[in-house]
Amino acid sequence: MLLRTAALRPLRRWAPVLPLLVLLVGACSPEHYAQTALRPLSDFARIGDDVQTKTLYWAFGVFVLVEGALLYAIFRFRGKPGDPEPQQVHGNTTIEIVWTLIPALILAAIAVPTVRGIFETNARPGADALKVEVIGHQWWWEFRYPDLNITTANEVHIPVGQTVSFHMGTVDVVHSFWPPRFAGKRDVFPNRETRLWFKAEAAGEYPGQCAEFCGIQHGRMAFRVRAQTTEDFQAWVAHMQTLGPKPPPAAVAPATGDSVKVASVGASLQQAGGPADSAKAAAPAAAQDPQYAAGEKLFQAKGCLGCHSLTAYNAPKGMLGPNLANVGARSYIGAGSFKNTDETLGQWIQNPQAMKVGVLMPNLGVSAEDAKSLVAYLRAHQ
Amino acid sequence: MATTALDQHGAHATAGHAEPTGLWSWLTTVDHKRIGILYGATAFFFFLLGGIEAILLRIQLGSPNNTFLSPETYNQLFTMHGTTMIFLAIMPLSAMFFNFLIPLMIGARDVAFPRLNAFSYWVFLLGGLFLNSSFLFGAAPDQGWYGYANLTSRQYSPGMNVDFWTLGLQILGVASLAAAVNFFVTILNMRAPGMKLMRMPMFVWMSFITQVLLLLAFPVITVALILLMFDRFFGTHFFVPSGGGDPLLWQHLFWIFGHPEVYILILPAFGIISEVLPVFSRKPLFGYAAMVFSGAFIAFLGFGVWSHHMFTTGMGPIADTFFSLTTMLIAVPTGVKVFNWMGTIWGGSIQYRVPMYFALGFIAMFIIGGLSGVMHASPPADLQQNDTYFIVAHFHYVLFGGSIFGLTAGAYYWWPKMFGRMLDETLGKVHFWLMLIGFNLTFFPMHILGLNGMPRRVYTYPEGLGFEALNQVETVGSLILGFSFVVFLYNIFKTARGPRNAPADPWDGATLEWAIPSPPQEWNFAEIPTVHGRDALWEAKRERGGPLPEPPRVSGAGIHLPNPSIWPLVAAVGLGGLMVGLMTAHIVGPWGIVAGVSILFFGVYNWAFEPAG
Repeated sequence: MLLRTAALRPLRRWAPVLPLLVLLVGACSPEHYAQTALRPLSDFARIGDDVQTKTLYWAFGVFVLVEGALLYAIFRFRGKPGDPEPQQVHGNTTIEIVWTLIPALILAAIAVPTVRGIFETNARPGADALKVEVIGHQWWWEFRYPDLNITTANEVHIPVGQTVSFHMGTVDVVHSFWPPRFAGKRDVFPNRETRLWFKAEAAGEYPGQCAEFCGIQHGRMAFRVRAQTTEDFQAWVAHMQTLGPKPPPAAVAPATGDSVKVASVGASLQQAGGPADSAKAAAPAAAQDPQYAAGEKLFQAKGCLGCHSLTAYNAPKGMLGPNLANVGARSYIGAGSFKNTDETLGQWIQNPQAMKVGVLMPNLGVSAEDAKSLVAYLRAHQ
Repeated sequence: MATTALDQHGAHATAGHAEPTGLWSWLTTVDHKRIGILYGATAFFFFLLGGIEAILLRIQLGSPNNTFLSPETYNQLFTMHGTTMIFLAIMPLSAMFFNFLIPLMIGARDVAFPRLNAFSYWVFLLGGLFLNSSFLFGAAPDQGWYGYANLTSRQYSPGMNVDFWTLGLQILGVASLAAAVNFFVTILNMRAPGMKLMRMPMFVWMSFITQVLLLLAFPVITVALILLMFDRFFGTHFFVPSGGGDPLLWQHLFWIFGHPEVYILILPAFGIISEVLPVFSRKPLFGYAAMVFSGAFIAFLGFGVWSHHMFTTGMGPIADTFFSLTTMLIAVPTGVKVFNWMGTIWGGSIQYRVPMYFALGFIAMFIIGGLSGVMHASPPADLQQNDTYFIVAHFHYVLFGGSIFGLTAGAYYWWPKMFGRMLDETLGKVHFWLMLIGFNLTFFPMHILGLNGMPRRVYTYPEGLGFEALNQVETVGSLILGFSFVVFLYNIFKTARGPRNAPADPWDGATLEWAIPSPPQEWNFAEIPTVHGRDALWEAKRERGGPLPEPPRVSGAGIHLPNPSIWPLVAAVGLGGLMVGLMTAHIVGPWGIVAGVSILFFGVYNWAFEPAG
């Protein structure tokens, strides 16, 4: 009995620390992080992860050996008072050559997969890749699918199992497009196109973020990657193509084949599409709702259309604000910054400057009542 | 030993020099030791300022969606933290050691151009004040310390913030370049008889290489800043794409300066610990020649790696491969240095005094920074790591774990020589342990956060990404780290009240500065020594078979010293006035510029025609 308590005593002393320890171990596991770069979900990300893992192992090995030797020396060669002068060694050519060559060899071992990785990541994707244009704005992301003729903002939908080729630029300052689960970052420039590609391996919704400082709200310039199965993605594309002045009838027909064929439908309709105005197609059932009708009027009266388009199909280019054609269905608002609820959306409409200081959207003096109507109107834009 | 100045100036032998005192003597001083102390005090003030900025940043990041700082303030503080620590803290702290030590270590009475030396300091001081005066206008620079175009254009940064930055850094560049010329010439021309290049203390060697880097790198940033200034003030379009300019050009110019700058920040610390380790191991530096050449090789390669900061810009496979391999190559001479330091303590009789604690801490921390550096030399991996907290962790392990640990080792080591007082050992060890623990708590978790997707330069982060716990740990760590310097300050104040009784050679030093009284007299060496080998003082002690007698404080009668001069300060004020004039030209017209230029010319004219002494 006595023995047992004695044996347990040191454990007990550490008991309060245990939850903290569990927390710390948890905090070191990549599963804990939604935006981790350590759990790659695409071919492109695996190239970098592979090289990174190799260098990490080498670095860890060198770390243990060198720090271990240092600690050994620190304890082993502790001088005592009265010690004689140690042997005055000025150097040793053999040893010095050896410890020049060993790091060189380790670096060669890292350089080989590095160079291979450089060429792999710089390869051009095949012709069957889905083209997505990424356009950086202070402080949100515009995504255009030129072959599908649709536009969206802050949430990029991509098909799983098909290479997506991102062609990127910016309308203002330098940003950097970074979806960590799928790829490293690539900077976007106002005067040159940069590229990135990857083939997603798993469906789901994953966060990404701007990674180059771009002004006051760089911290809230996030986005979501919504990787979908081919069927889901095609359905989404077909739906988005209805959010325009003239919904293309062909687009709603079930798509066939394993890669995205709706592309041709969109392209052929590009010529047929009329001038863009507000999306009449949005949720006809909701149109009877008086709040929806009030919201629709307010959306025009408050000049929202000056910056925001409600048209996904054949959407106008060069809009100042994010495209809102499917804003009701997005999981976040304010460029991946706030969960998209009626409450946060209402707050945003009333006072965007309070939520995201310096955002280019001004406070428009919307009353709480009007905000509710606008929320109802926007919520119907799925 | 050798000829003395006394022999040449015997005619003046009657009148001794009295140590000048008073404010005027500090404003007009051309004594490298006083200028060194001025550099040190000013830089340490800016270091504390930058540290307070860092703690404010850490408090803001301590919890998700925090509103402790507005994004505007946060962006100003992180920009000023980086700019301050690099240009106003680490570089001038190194300059303190250059100033105080180089003439002493090479056996000289002063630097080659004493008035230019004073000018460098005053320009640095005014540049630092100019940069920080931006806080008074609520317009501190807010674009990041590497100020990427085209965010810095008038269109996207209309305020005075970037103006303060581009003009302030130009002022500081003048100070750095003038000092670099001075020390370059001093080291080449002012060495005592027998002090051959390959007999120079390693600190002098690393300082020499640093001056070469400064001379080659600072003109590039100066050109870039002048182009930016033209873009902002005179409507040119060097970096403005709508006018045919290219933002990428800024990145290249900046990093051609920026990477050598990293070595400008770390090489002096390499030099410091290469002095501290042998003395406290009672063993000469292992592989002296390899240390010299690896330092030179690092500096040379440092000019061929700049684009490794730009892998994410998509330069293409050839450029990526080139810059990746040159970057990896730098790890070889850097590894040589680390191994030689370990070879130095290996088999030694290590004396655990405070400077040695910090020097060993330097090695342990710098290894981590070096290894993470190799990790982002690989572009496929760097695409993930770049601009994340992994990078923030890396460069703090190099610049804090490396430079600051090294500079602190130097501060404790040379404190008795500079001020004639020993710092308290116990408080010094408390300082060390708090700093080591605080430093690792602050910066190690950043590796994990960075690899797990936390980008740098964000004023906040949302809940749910998992960043909360480690950010909290980091914030606690930063408070401990900050507190460690409170202990250091207390140590300084406590010992300042004690007697000024440090012996000339408290550590059984190897280099010449320990042969003269602590603090040294104005003329440094009553007799210019003759040097017969490396570790000159150890040689002298060995020859004598024991410690040398305490050197007497002597009358400097007849020793020729440069005259004090106020004109370097006047010229520096003119240069500062010119920049203020440029800032205010849109309010008061060109008169500020005219006044500044007039004062500058007035100062330089009088300087030129004043007898140097």
